[in-house]
Amino acid sequence: MSVKFWRTPLDSEKVVKPKAEIHIIKDQCKGCGYCIQYCPKKVFEESEEINARGVHPPKIVDEKKCIICSFCTAICPDFAIYVKEKQCKDGC
Amino acid sequence: MTEVVEQHPFAKYLREAMMPHIWCTGCGNGIILNAFVHALDELQIDLDKLVVVSGIGCIGRTAGYTNVDSFHTTHGRPIAFATGVKLANPELEVVVISGDGDLFAIGGNHFIHAARRNIGIKVICANNFNYGMTGGQFGPTTPLKASTPTTPYGNIEHPFNLVHLAAASGATYVARWTTLHVRMLTASIKKLLQRKGFSFIEVVSQCPEIFGRRNKMRTALEMMEWFKKAAVIANFSDPAKAEITPEKIVVGEFLDLEKPTFEELLREKMNEISKENGE
Ligand SMILES: Cc1ncc(C[n+]2csc(CCOP(=O)(O)OP(=O)(O)O)c2C)c(N)n1
Ligand code: SF4
Ligand code: SF4
Ligand SMILES: [Mg+2]
Repeated sequence: MSVKFWRTPLDSEKVVKPKAEIHIIKDQCKGCGYCIQYCPKKVFEESEEINARGVHPPKIVDEKKCIICSFCTAICPDFAIYVKEKQCKDGC
Repeated sequence: MTEVVEQHPFAKYLREAMMPHIWCTGCGNGIILNAFVHALDELQIDLDKLVVVSGIGCIGRTAGYTNVDSFHTTHGRPIAFATGVKLANPELEVVVISGDGDLFAIGGNHFIHAARRNIGIKVICANNFNYGMTGGQFGPTTPLKASTPTTPYGNIEHPFNLVHLAAASGATYVARWTTLHVRMLTASIKKLLQRKGFSFIEVVSQCPEIFGRRNKMRTALEMMEWFKKAAVIANFSDPAKAEITPEKIVVGEFLDLEKPTFEELLREKMNEISKENGE
Protein backbone atom coordinates (compact mmCIF):
# COMPACT_ATOMS: atom_id res chain seq x y z
CA MET A 1 0.00 0.00 0.00
CA SER A 2 1.51 3.33 -0.95
CA VAL A 3 0.84 6.28 1.32
CA LYS A 4 -0.74 9.40 -0.23
CA PHE A 5 0.49 12.70 1.19
CA TRP A 6 -1.36 16.00 0.74
CA ARG A 7 2.06 17.44 0.01
CA THR A 8 5.39 15.76 -0.55
CA PRO A 9 7.42 15.75 2.69
CA LEU A 10 10.54 17.84 2.27
CA ASP A 11 12.88 15.01 3.22
CA SER A 12 11.09 12.28 1.26
CA GLU A 13 14.09 11.89 -1.05
CA LYS A 14 16.45 11.20 1.82
CA VAL A 15 14.29 8.93 3.95
CA VAL A 16 14.71 5.25 3.15
CA LYS A 17 11.98 2.95 4.40
CA PRO A 18 13.68 0.15 6.33
CA LYS A 19 13.26 -3.33 4.89
CA ALA A 20 12.75 -6.39 7.01
CA GLU A 21 14.75 -9.58 7.12
CA ILE A 22 12.68 -12.24 8.89
CA HIS A 23 14.35 -15.32 10.31
CA ILE A 24 12.38 -18.43 11.20
CA ILE A 25 14.36 -21.10 13.05
CA LYS A 26 11.99 -23.78 11.81
CA ASP A 27 13.00 -26.71 13.99
CA GLN A 28 12.65 -24.65 17.16
CA CYS A 29 8.98 -23.85 16.45
CA LYS A 30 6.28 -25.69 18.42
CA GLY A 31 3.46 -24.45 16.22
CA CYS A 32 1.47 -22.34 18.67
CA GLY A 33 0.40 -19.98 15.89
CA TYR A 34 0.84 -16.74 17.89
CA CYS A 35 3.09 -15.12 15.26
CA ILE A 36 0.58 -15.92 12.53
CA GLN A 37 -2.42 -14.67 14.52
CA TYR A 38 -0.97 -11.50 16.03
CA CYS A 39 1.21 -10.10 13.23
CA PRO A 40 -0.51 -6.76 12.51
CA LYS A 41 0.41 -6.99 8.82
CA LYS A 42 -0.46 -10.68 8.35
CA VAL A 43 3.00 -11.52 7.08
CA PHE A 44 2.83 -15.24 7.97
CA GLU A 45 0.72 -18.27 7.38
CA GLU A 46 1.03 -21.88 8.45
CA SER A 47 3.28 -23.87 6.13
CA GLU A 48 2.62 -27.34 4.77
CA GLU A 49 5.97 -28.66 5.90
CA ILE A 50 6.50 -30.67 9.07
CA ASN A 51 9.51 -29.74 11.21
CA ALA A 52 11.68 -31.78 13.57
CA ARG A 53 9.03 -31.45 16.28
CA GLY A 54 6.24 -32.66 14.07
CA VAL A 55 4.41 -29.35 13.68
CA HIS A 56 3.87 -26.90 10.85
CA PRO A 57 6.14 -23.87 11.33
CA PRO A 58 5.01 -20.52 9.92
CA LYS A 59 6.05 -19.40 6.46
CA ILE A 60 6.43 -15.88 5.12
CA VAL A 61 3.70 -14.77 2.75
CA ASP A 62 5.09 -11.34 1.96
CA GLU A 63 8.22 -10.02 3.65
CA LYS A 64 7.73 -6.61 2.05
CA LYS A 65 4.64 -6.01 4.20
CA CYS A 66 6.67 -6.31 7.43
CA ILE A 67 7.01 -3.02 9.35
CA ILE A 68 9.60 -4.46 11.79
CA CYS A 69 7.37 -4.03 14.82
CA SER A 70 9.01 -7.27 16.03
CA PHE A 71 5.90 -8.45 17.83
CA CYS A 72 6.53 -11.98 16.53
CA THR A 73 10.00 -11.89 18.10
CA ALA A 74 8.48 -10.81 21.41
CA ILE A 75 5.51 -13.18 21.55
CA CYS A 76 7.23 -16.40 20.41
CA PRO A 77 7.55 -18.65 23.49
CA ASP A 78 10.23 -20.72 21.77
CA PHE A 79 12.74 -18.17 20.45
CA ALA A 80 12.01 -19.50 16.96
CA ILE A 81 11.50 -16.25 15.07
CA TYR A 82 13.16 -12.85 14.88
CA VAL A 83 13.22 -9.85 12.60
CA LYS A 84 16.12 -7.65 11.67
CA GLU A 85 16.46 -4.63 9.50
CA LYS A 86 17.96 -5.61 6.17
CA GLN A 87 21.41 -4.15 5.63
CA CYS A 88 20.98 -2.62 2.19
CA LYS A 89 24.27 -1.26 0.95
CA ASP A 90 23.44 -0.61 -2.68
CA GLY A 91 19.67 -0.74 -2.41
CA CYS A 92 17.66 -3.93 -2.21
CA MET B 1 32.07 -27.53 5.85
CA THR B 2 30.36 -26.99 9.18
CA GLU B 3 26.70 -26.18 9.18
CA VAL B 4 25.87 -22.65 10.31
CA VAL B 5 23.30 -22.86 13.07
CA GLU B 6 21.04 -19.86 13.15
CA GLN B 7 21.35 -17.90 16.39
CA HIS B 8 18.46 -16.03 17.94
CA PRO B 9 19.62 -12.57 19.15
CA PHE B 10 18.70 -13.54 22.74
CA ALA B 11 20.42 -16.94 22.61
CA LYS B 12 23.30 -15.64 24.69
CA TYR B 13 20.97 -15.14 27.67
CA LEU B 14 19.88 -18.77 27.61
CA ARG B 15 21.83 -21.84 28.65
CA GLU B 16 22.50 -23.63 25.41
CA ALA B 17 22.66 -27.10 26.96
CA MET B 18 19.16 -26.65 28.42
CA MET B 19 17.54 -25.60 25.13
CA PRO B 20 14.99 -26.33 23.74
CA HIS B 21 12.99 -25.78 26.91
CA ILE B 22 10.46 -28.39 28.03
CA TRP B 23 7.41 -26.10 28.09
CA CYS B 24 4.40 -27.20 26.07
CA THR B 25 3.23 -25.60 22.81
CA GLY B 26 2.15 -22.03 23.45
CA CYS B 27 2.89 -22.16 27.20
CA GLY B 28 3.03 -18.62 28.60
CA ASN B 29 6.23 -19.42 30.47
CA GLY B 30 8.19 -19.11 27.22
CA ILE B 31 6.79 -15.62 26.64
CA ILE B 32 7.71 -14.58 30.19
CA LEU B 33 11.27 -15.85 29.71
CA ASN B 34 11.41 -14.03 26.36
CA ALA B 35 10.18 -10.76 27.94
CA PHE B 36 12.65 -11.11 30.81
CA VAL B 37 15.73 -11.57 28.62
CA HIS B 38 14.46 -8.83 26.31
CA ALA B 39 14.42 -6.46 29.31
CA LEU B 40 17.95 -7.56 30.28
CA ASP B 41 19.07 -6.88 26.72
CA GLU B 42 17.47 -3.45 26.46
CA LEU B 43 18.93 -2.32 29.76
CA GLN B 44 22.28 -3.98 29.05
CA ILE B 45 22.17 -5.30 32.62
CA ASP B 46 25.53 -6.38 34.06
CA LEU B 47 24.92 -10.13 34.12
CA ASP B 48 27.61 -10.63 36.78
CA LYS B 49 25.44 -8.62 39.16
CA LEU B 50 22.22 -10.49 38.47
CA VAL B 51 20.83 -13.51 40.31
CA VAL B 52 17.71 -15.41 39.20
CA VAL B 53 15.94 -17.60 41.76
CA SER B 54 13.02 -19.95 41.14
CA GLY B 55 11.06 -22.49 43.12
CA ILE B 56 9.56 -25.75 41.86
CA GLY B 57 7.04 -25.88 39.04
CA CYS B 58 6.99 -25.57 35.27
CA ILE B 59 7.94 -21.87 35.49
CA GLY B 60 10.53 -22.83 38.10
CA ARG B 61 12.69 -24.15 35.30
CA THR B 62 13.48 -20.52 34.43
CA ALA B 63 16.37 -20.52 36.90
CA GLY B 64 17.99 -23.29 34.86
CA TYR B 65 17.32 -21.62 31.53
CA THR B 66 18.73 -18.14 32.21
CA ASN B 67 22.45 -18.02 31.54
CA VAL B 68 23.28 -16.12 34.75
CA ASP B 69 24.00 -17.03 38.36
CA SER B 70 20.81 -18.73 39.37
CA PHE B 71 19.35 -21.13 41.90
CA HIS B 72 16.45 -23.56 41.71
CA THR B 73 15.26 -23.81 45.30
CA THR B 74 12.97 -26.30 47.01
CA HIS B 75 9.24 -25.76 46.55
CA GLY B 76 8.00 -22.48 48.03
CA ARG B 77 11.39 -21.20 49.17
CA PRO B 78 12.73 -18.90 46.41
CA ILE B 79 11.93 -15.74 48.38
CA ALA B 80 13.66 -17.09 51.49
CA PHE B 81 16.74 -17.91 49.43
CA ALA B 82 16.63 -14.58 47.57
CA THR B 83 16.37 -12.72 50.90
CA GLY B 84 19.62 -14.34 52.02
CA VAL B 85 21.39 -13.45 48.77
CA LYS B 86 20.20 -9.83 48.92
CA LEU B 87 21.17 -9.29 52.57
CA ALA B 88 24.61 -10.84 52.09
CA ASN B 89 25.26 -8.95 48.83
CA PRO B 90 23.00 -5.87 48.63
CA GLU B 91 24.72 -4.76 45.42
CA LEU B 92 23.30 -7.77 43.55
CA GLU B 93 20.04 -7.54 41.61
CA VAL B 94 17.97 -10.51 42.81
CA VAL B 95 14.96 -11.60 40.76
CA VAL B 96 12.56 -14.36 41.77
CA ILE B 97 10.61 -15.90 38.88
CA SER B 98 8.16 -18.53 40.08
CA GLY B 99 4.62 -19.87 40.02
CA ASP B 100 1.31 -19.07 41.69
CA GLY B 101 1.42 -22.32 43.65
CA ASP B 102 5.03 -21.92 44.66
CA LEU B 103 4.78 -18.27 45.74
CA PHE B 104 1.26 -18.14 47.17
CA ALA B 105 0.41 -21.61 48.50
CA ILE B 106 3.43 -23.29 50.09
CA GLY B 107 5.47 -20.05 49.92
CA GLY B 108 2.73 -17.59 50.84
CA ASN B 109 4.15 -16.46 54.16
CA HIS B 110 7.55 -15.74 52.66
CA PHE B 111 5.87 -13.50 50.11
CA ILE B 112 3.80 -11.38 52.49
CA HIS B 113 6.64 -10.87 54.94
CA ALA B 114 9.26 -10.06 52.31
CA ALA B 115 6.82 -7.44 50.97
CA ARG B 116 6.08 -6.13 54.46
CA ARG B 117 9.78 -5.81 55.30
CA ASN B 118 10.45 -4.21 51.90
CA ILE B 119 13.33 -6.47 51.06
CA GLY B 120 14.78 -5.18 47.82
CA ILE B 121 14.10 -8.26 45.76
CA LYS B 122 11.98 -8.43 42.62
CA VAL B 123 9.28 -11.03 42.16
CA ILE B 124 7.68 -12.11 38.88
CA CYS B 125 4.84 -14.61 39.26
CA ALA B 126 3.57 -16.71 36.37
CA ASN B 127 -0.06 -17.11 37.36
CA ASN B 128 -1.44 -19.96 35.28
CA PHE B 129 -4.23 -20.69 37.78
CA ASN B 130 -2.98 -24.19 38.62
CA TYR B 131 -0.11 -26.48 39.61
CA GLY B 132 0.97 -27.17 36.05
CA MET B 133 3.95 -29.36 36.79
CA THR B 134 2.19 -31.90 38.96
CA GLY B 135 -0.86 -32.43 36.76
CA GLY B 136 -2.87 -29.25 37.06
CA GLN B 137 -4.31 -29.49 40.57
CA PHE B 138 -6.22 -26.43 41.79
CA GLY B 139 -4.36 -23.88 43.89
CA PRO B 140 -4.78 -20.50 45.57
CA THR B 141 -5.39 -18.61 42.31
CA THR B 142 -7.75 -21.06 40.60
CA PRO B 143 -10.90 -19.15 39.71
CA LEU B 144 -14.20 -20.06 41.33
CA LYS B 145 -16.02 -22.79 39.39
CA ALA B 146 -12.96 -23.67 37.28
CA SER B 147 -12.39 -27.29 36.44
CA THR B 148 -9.11 -28.95 37.40
CA PRO B 149 -8.17 -32.60 38.03
CA THR B 150 -8.83 -32.02 41.76
CA THR B 151 -11.95 -29.89 41.28
CA PRO B 152 -13.72 -32.00 38.63
CA TYR B 153 -17.12 -30.60 39.69
CA GLY B 154 -15.86 -27.01 39.71
CA ASN B 155 -13.75 -25.10 42.24
CA ILE B 156 -15.61 -23.92 45.35
CA GLU B 157 -12.72 -21.89 46.81
CA HIS B 158 -12.31 -18.14 46.31
CA PRO B 159 -8.99 -17.24 44.67
CA PHE B 160 -6.42 -14.74 45.87
CA ASN B 161 -6.30 -11.43 44.06
CA LEU B 162 -2.51 -11.29 43.85
CA VAL B 163 -2.10 -7.59 43.09
CA HIS B 164 -4.31 -6.69 46.05
CA LEU B 165 -2.41 -9.10 48.28
CA ALA B 166 0.94 -7.64 47.20
CA ALA B 167 -0.18 -4.03 47.64
CA ALA B 168 -1.74 -4.72 51.06
CA SER B 169 1.39 -6.56 52.19
CA GLY B 170 3.61 -3.55 51.49
CA ALA B 171 5.08 -4.03 48.01
CA THR B 172 6.37 -0.77 46.52
CA TYR B 173 5.68 -1.65 42.87
CA VAL B 174 2.75 -3.77 41.72
CA ALA B 175 1.72 -4.55 38.15
CA ARG B 176 -0.25 -7.16 36.29
CA TRP B 177 -0.10 -8.03 32.59
CA THR B 178 -1.16 -10.99 30.52
CA THR B 179 1.32 -12.70 28.21
CA LEU B 180 -0.40 -11.01 25.28
CA HIS B 181 0.69 -7.64 26.75
CA VAL B 182 4.28 -8.69 26.18
CA ARG B 183 5.41 -5.14 25.31
CA MET B 184 3.98 -3.63 28.49
CA LEU B 185 5.29 -6.61 30.44
CA THR B 186 8.81 -6.02 29.12
CA ALA B 187 8.55 -2.32 30.01
CA SER B 188 7.35 -3.27 33.51
CA ILE B 189 10.23 -5.73 33.96
CA LYS B 190 12.65 -2.96 32.94
CA LYS B 191 11.11 -0.75 35.60
CA LEU B 192 11.26 -3.52 38.18
CA LEU B 193 14.98 -4.04 37.46
CA GLN B 194 15.71 -0.36 38.07
CA ARG B 195 13.81 -0.04 41.33
CA LYS B 196 15.03 -0.38 44.89
CA GLY B 197 12.21 -1.82 46.96
CA PHE B 198 10.16 -5.02 46.93
CA SER B 199 8.54 -5.10 43.50
CA PHE B 200 5.98 -7.49 42.10
CA ILE B 201 4.61 -8.34 38.66
CA GLU B 202 1.82 -10.86 38.19
CA VAL B 203 1.79 -12.31 34.69
CA VAL B 204 -1.54 -13.88 33.82
CA SER B 205 -0.23 -16.79 31.83
CA GLN B 206 -1.61 -19.74 29.93
CA CYS B 207 -1.24 -23.41 30.74
CA PRO B 208 -2.97 -24.59 27.59
CA GLU B 209 -2.14 -28.25 28.12
CA ILE B 210 -4.03 -28.64 31.37
CA PHE B 211 -5.91 -25.57 32.56
CA GLY B 212 -6.95 -24.49 29.08
CA ARG B 213 -8.15 -27.87 27.92
CA ARG B 214 -10.15 -28.49 31.07
CA ASN B 215 -11.83 -25.12 30.78
CA LYS B 216 -13.14 -25.19 27.23
CA MET B 217 -10.13 -23.61 25.58
CA ARG B 218 -8.75 -26.28 23.32
CA THR B 219 -5.60 -24.56 22.13
CA ALA B 220 -3.01 -22.07 23.31
CA LEU B 221 -4.41 -19.59 20.82
CA GLU B 222 -7.87 -19.87 22.36
CA MET B 223 -6.40 -19.01 25.77
CA MET B 224 -4.65 -16.00 24.25
CA GLU B 225 -7.93 -14.92 22.67
CA TRP B 226 -9.51 -15.09 26.14
CA PHE B 227 -6.85 -12.68 27.44
CA LYS B 228 -7.44 -10.41 24.44
CA LYS B 229 -11.16 -10.32 25.04
CA ALA B 230 -11.14 -10.05 28.83
CA ALA B 231 -8.20 -7.71 29.49
CA VAL B 232 -8.92 -4.11 30.42
CA ILE B 233 -6.02 -1.72 30.96
CA ALA B 234 -6.58 0.50 34.01
CA ASN B 235 -3.34 1.98 35.28
CA PHE B 236 -3.24 2.99 38.94
CA SER B 237 -6.72 1.70 39.59
CA ASP B 238 -7.65 0.17 42.95
CA PRO B 239 -6.02 -3.29 43.20
CA ALA B 240 -8.81 -4.36 45.55
CA LYS B 241 -11.18 -4.12 42.62
CA ALA B 242 -8.95 -6.05 40.23
CA GLU B 243 -10.28 -9.53 40.83
CA ILE B 244 -9.82 -11.85 37.86
CA THR B 245 -13.02 -13.27 36.42
CA PRO B 246 -13.64 -15.08 33.13
CA GLU B 247 -15.17 -11.85 31.82
CA LYS B 248 -12.64 -9.32 33.03
CA ILE B 249 -8.90 -9.23 33.70
CA VAL B 250 -7.82 -5.79 34.90
CA VAL B 251 -4.20 -5.18 33.90
CA GLY B 252 -1.78 -2.31 34.35
CA GLU B 253 0.45 -0.79 36.98
CA PHE B 254 -1.29 -0.49 40.32
CA LEU B 255 1.35 0.97 42.60
CA ASP B 256 4.72 2.70 42.27
CA LEU B 257 6.29 4.24 45.38
CA GLU B 258 9.55 4.09 47.29
CA LYS B 259 10.29 3.65 50.98
CA PRO B 260 13.46 2.59 52.83
CA THR B 261 14.36 -1.02 52.17
CA PHE B 262 15.12 -3.61 54.83
CA GLU B 263 18.77 -3.83 53.76
CA GLU B 264 19.19 -0.03 53.96
CA LEU B 265 17.63 0.14 57.43
CA LEU B 266 19.71 -2.83 58.52
CA ARG B 267 23.01 -1.20 57.43
CA GLU B 268 21.94 2.07 59.06
CA LYS B 269 21.15 0.30 62.33
CA MET B 270 24.43 -1.61 62.26
CA ASN B 271 26.40 1.62 61.73
CA GLU B 272 24.47 3.35 64.51
CA ILE B 273 25.21 0.54 66.97
CA SER B 274 28.91 0.35 66.04
CA LYS B 275 29.19 4.12 66.54
CA GLU B 276 27.52 3.91 69.95
CA ASN B 277 29.96 1.17 70.91
CA GLY B 278 32.84 3.38 69.78
CA GLU B 279 33.96 0.99 67.03
C1 LIG C 1 7.64 -29.74 49.39
C2 LIG C 1 6.98 -30.09 48.10
N1 LIG C 1 5.67 -30.26 48.04
C3 LIG C 1 5.05 -30.55 46.87
C4 LIG C 1 5.80 -30.69 45.73
C5 LIG C 1 5.10 -31.03 44.42
N2 LIG C 1 5.03 -29.91 43.52
C6 LIG C 1 5.90 -29.72 42.52
S1 LIG C 1 5.55 -28.40 41.54
C7 LIG C 1 4.16 -28.07 42.48
C8 LIG C 1 3.25 -26.92 42.13
C9 LIG C 1 3.78 -25.95 41.17
O1 LIG C 1 2.80 -25.02 40.84
P1 LIG C 1 3.18 -23.55 40.42
O2 LIG C 1 4.13 -22.96 41.38
O3 LIG C 1 1.94 -22.81 40.17
O4 LIG C 1 4.02 -23.76 39.07
P2 LIG C 1 3.53 -24.24 37.61
O5 LIG C 1 3.93 -25.67 37.49
O6 LIG C 1 2.07 -24.03 37.53
O7 LIG C 1 4.30 -23.36 36.69
C10 LIG C 1 4.01 -28.99 43.52
C11 LIG C 1 2.88 -28.96 44.46
C12 LIG C 1 7.18 -30.50 45.82
N3 LIG C 1 7.97 -30.56 44.73
N4 LIG C 1 7.76 -30.21 47.00
S1 SF4 D 1 5.24 -17.95 17.75
FE1 SF4 D 1 7.13 -19.20 17.58
S2 SF4 D 1 6.56 -21.28 18.25
FE2 SF4 D 1 4.64 -20.16 17.82
S3 SF4 D 1 4.17 -20.65 15.64
FE3 SF4 D 1 5.35 -18.73 15.62
S4 SF4 D 1 7.52 -19.36 15.37
FE4 SF4 D 1 6.33 -21.20 15.99
S1 SF4 E 1 1.90 -28.18 31.91
FE1 SF4 E 1 1.03 -26.15 31.60
S2 SF4 E 1 2.40 -24.72 32.71
FE2 SF4 E 1 3.48 -26.68 32.44
S3 SF4 E 1 4.72 -26.40 30.56
FE3 SF4 E 1 2.75 -27.37 29.96
S4 SF4 E 1 1.39 -25.68 29.42
FE4 SF4 E 1 3.11 -24.81 30.57
MG1 LIG F 1 0.99 -22.43 38.41
